[in-house]
Amino acid sequence: MRTNDKTRFAGLIGLALGGCMLSAVATAAGTDAGPTTSNKLLLTGGVSQLEGAAGGGLTPWAVIGGYGTRDEIGANAFYTRVNLPDYHVDTAGAMVGLYNRVELSFARQRFDTEKVGAALGLGEGFTFRQDVVGVKVRLFGDVVLDQGSWLPQVSVGAQYKKNDQDGVVRFVGAKRSQGTDYYISATKLFLGQSLLVDGTVRFTKANQIGILGFGGDLNNSYKPEFEASVAYLLSRHWAIGAEYRQKPNNLGIAREDDWYDAFVAWAPSKHVSLTVAYADLGNIVIKDRQRGLYASVQVGF
Amino acid sequence: MYKHYFQLATLAAAVMLSQSILAQDTAPMPPQSAAMAASAPRDPALKPVFDQFGGKPGLVTLMNDFMDNLMADARTRPYFADSDREHIKAELVDQFCVILDGPCTYTGKDMVKVHRSLGINRAAFNALVEDLQTAMDKNNVPFRAQNKLLAKLAPMHPAVITR
Ligand code: HEM
Repeated sequence: MRTNDKTRFAGLIGLALGGCMLSAVATAAGTDAGPTTSNKLLLTGGVSQLEGAAGGGLTPWAVIGGYGTRDEIGANAFYTRVNLPDYHVDTAGAMVGLYNRVELSFARQRFDTEKVGAALGLGEGFTFRQDVVGVKVRLFGDVVLDQGSWLPQVSVGAQYKKNDQDGVVRFVGAKRSQGTDYYISATKLFLGQSLLVDGTVRFTKANQIGILGFGGDLNNSYKPEFEASVAYLLSRHWAIGAEYRQKPNNLGIAREDDWYDAFVAWAPSKHVSLTVAYADLGNIVIKDRQRGLYASVQVGF
Repeated sequence: MYKHYFQLATLAAAVMLSQSILAQDTAPMPPQSAAMAASAPRDPALKPVFDQFGGKPGLVTLMNDFMDNLMADARTRPYFADSDREHIKAELVDQFCVILDGPCTYTGKDMVKVHRSLGINRAAFNALVEDLQTAMDKNNVPFRAQNKLLAKLAPMHPAVITR
């Protein structure tokens, strides 16, 4: 981590803590207010995943983001930083959840190649930028209330992604610099066991989630990829868990590995959550063992 | 070009599916069974949880705190302000005691009949759950034990949420 990155990161944590304190004051002052917009139960909306959808850190869940119920609208914004040995990723975004039925999200990802950029002749600190526009629709089920049956909450979603480095991604063998992922997610809360489980199937052509474009010399068709999360609720405010995200292998120039992480999430109130994870992103272009810290802060209304 | 048709078709399918399910969602759910509607069934596996709640005396204290929370919460107070709160507390003690396999009998009313005309929505339901969680925290009921009880209460939602 370079020094200016460190200060930025420290600033972020400061911001998050400041946010917590603010929201604590707001909650205390708000106990006598009328119906609010955030009546879902704590942590049942998940956090923001890398591409902006409500879910775990790597994978979307079937939940609709924000704490709005059927009659309400919820919204939140997030900032995520992933620090790897040879790269770092910053993602910022926002989402709205409409009546616990539809979720709309936007995220902007910056993937900084640091010194690898120089090695590849792109220049040190060469950065890919990708914008992701997401939509998710809940089909059926209620993750919290459906405790009497095995029925999960099920949603379908799409993530349209546009990468700003068309020339570079084509040069490495990708067919396009934009593409759309489609997914179906099933999320089940086993409340008696304090356990939440999600399984997602994503149809995608994206190389390294789109940072290296879409499709490639080895394969240029949609492939189903499996993603999964488990989260164990420790209390109303704390959860720990692990995730898996299978990835395609479309490019001849570099192997792409599946992703894993183990996380801790803390939600002191409905307005703030902080997620810290240890993520293993495997090989990324010429660098193996990209393992590092994932940190994400989310503020909501 | 075919890709756009694919996108459109997926979207159309999603919208149609969600519409039909939405219709199901809002349709009144028939009570699963008479027993279910009256209250939740006894579950012998929850006997240890009954002890974690402090037995019947624990439930009595819990219900006092719970009702205090409900009356302090602007989202729930309107429902309880004009009700016989002492009576509700006593019925809740028996009801929870039965669910947790305690030595009690629930003699209160049927869940559908009690809540039918109250116009309870999901937000009010969740508010009540939060107030119960706060009361359980105050009474040092372990989080896992809390969730075991909540998992038994949640399936009663079709009887309670009518809006
Ligand atoms: C699963 C959730 C719930 C359970 C298990 C439950 C249980 C009960 C019980 C046992 C009674 C007493 C019945 C009797 O008098 O014989 C009762 C009454 C009542 N409940 Fe609930 N309840 C639930 C949810 C709610 C919610 C969400 C509200 C409103 C926010 C609510 C409002 C009331 C009111 C106002 C009464 C008194 C009605 C009257 O006196 O006519 N309940 N409930």
